[in-house]
Amino acid sequence: MLTHYPTKRSVLVPTLLYAQDEVGYLNHEVIHEIAQRLDLTDLEVSNVISYYSMLTTKPRGKFNVQVCTNIACMLRGGEELLDHCKQKLGIGHKGTTPDGMFSLEEVECIGACSWAPAAQVNYDFHENLTAEKMDKVLDEYKNN
Amino acid sequence: MAFLVSHPDEIKVVSKRFGKGATDLDRYLELDGYKAVQKALGMQPDAIVNLVKDSGLRGRGGAGFNTGMKWSFVPKQSPKPKYILCNGDESEPGTCKDRLIFEHDPHSVIEGVVIAGIATGSHAGYIYIRGEYRYLLEIMQKAIKDAYARGFLGKNIFGSGYDFEVYWHGGAGAYEVGEESALMESLEGKRGIPRIRPPFPAVVGLWGGPTVINNAETLASVPHILLGGAEWFAKLGPPKNGGTRLFCLSGHLNRPGVYELPMGYNLKKMIYEVGGGITNGRSLKAVVPGGSSCPVLTAGEIDVSMDFDSMMKAGTMLGSGGVVVADDTTCMVKFALRITKFYQHESCGWCIPCREGTDWLKKTLTRFHSGGGVKKDIDNIQYLSENMLGRTFCPLGDAAAMPMISIVKKFRKEFEDHLEGKPCPFEKTGTVEELPVLA
Repeated sequence: MLTHYPTKRSVLVPTLLYAQDEVGYLNHEVIHEIAQRLDLTDLEVSNVISYYSMLTTKPRGKFNVQVCTNIACMLRGGEELLDHCKQKLGIGHKGTTPDGMFSLEEVECIGACSWAPAAQVNYDFHENLTAEKMDKVLDEYKNN
Repeated sequence: MAFLVSHPDEIKVVSKRFGKGATDLDRYLELDGYKAVQKALGMQPDAIVNLVKDSGLRGRGGAGFNTGMKWSFVPKQSPKPKYILCNGDESEPGTCKDRLIFEHDPHSVIEGVVIAGIATGSHAGYIYIRGEYRYLLEIMQKAIKDAYARGFLGKNIFGSGYDFEVYWHGGAGAYEVGEESALMESLEGKRGIPRIRPPFPAVVGLWGGPTVINNAETLASVPHILLGGAEWFAKLGPPKNGGTRLFCLSGHLNRPGVYELPMGYNLKKMIYEVGGGITNGRSLKAVVPGGSSCPVLTAGEIDVSMDFDSMMKAGTMLGSGGVVVADDTTCMVKFALRITKFYQHESCGWCIPCREGTDWLKKTLTRFHSGGGVKKDIDNIQYLSENMLGRTFCPLGDAAAMPMISIVKKFRKEFEDHLEGKPCPFEKTGTVEELPVLA
């Protein structure tokens, strides 16, 4: 990928996300490694991480449940869906279940407005959701 | 995978290959794929720019600037390389159209990028796709790889002697990066903070080189203009508003979905005929006509043409094509609060009016909706919003301010109904939030 750009640091944002997918979160070792490879300081990399909402320096559950509550989803029950997930998983916004299986996040518009309410589990989209459908989705992840 | 819908009033141009397996390169070629690029290679660059100018194609990301005009600003001679940048950081609430283009017709975007390159004398293009759209990034990666394998990209494309490289790039979650100068910062591996203009990207853009930045839908329209001609495209819509538009219908509608309708299609018809009317037989209260940054329209204001100029005349914007419909059970204070929460979350914090303004709006509206509103808050919301307008480096401040101003102006009574400890008339709100009142 480095050959695609005139400067090394241009690969930084996608590289951070791919590294996070591998390791689970961006810990000091990962930050240091990426900084070294791109001739950046650790601080420069951390500065970029703190800007992007998908990047995290804290461990998350195996499955990150991201429920959209922005306007299009809100009008079709997105907030109720988020409350349902909170109850079902017993955790709040940015919380993780004790077994490390699920974490939960209230997210901004994910581009599923015409199929609202919607959620993403890791990168998978789940749309036109109801509480019952959401339960099924979560059970499927758990049992896989 | 998003569901596809259709309606007899649709004119399928950008969506004509949706659901037809066009992610497969052979199938794409059967459906007239890569013919437009070959045609462009035989044309003078100026002739391509003029053709796109004459077609009346205007930026589908929201600003609605004439695309050919934008291309014409790129200097012919440049000591630094020129670039084409496709903006696929679709994040405007209410908008989900670029997703379908990447999912069903990725090669049309690649073609649009290459044509823009030929027209401006550039030899490299980047397709930036938001981080949440990982499955679309994978579709695009395969499409680019396939196009390289056939010699459609790289050195000497189609044996023409012209070189053009196309690269993919993924984001990591940031609405602000959809703004063109922040998009370039992000691609360069930095925080997505807007740049001061001038200089404009057409002169000083990516890595200091002249850069054309177009929305994915804009670029996907370009090959169709090359093949169908400027006159045909221009005539699909009203004067100066060429072509069709992917309208994303959402909210309280019986048949939400993404429909491709001619520019200038009537909004009322769009809601009641295409979208199937309001759910549960309820009545309409408000419409966001083009993504959450646009001033809202009331039920009495929807007999308008959905094109850039008519919407401007109606005091709002065509924006990004996200039509969000709210019925009469919707609390407009809560609606305003949710929009504000979004902009407060997404403000990059670079300029003070936006950073502080969105934060005060969120605090004020949170307290107000929970039952702790005072009369002064209503004017404060208006005051804060008006003081953000036009006072920020990028349009995020405007985007946060415009809907607020329109909601307070058009639904002031609903704000008054919440005042002085009165509960929200639409729903239970729990305990009153103890947040400060702006002095």
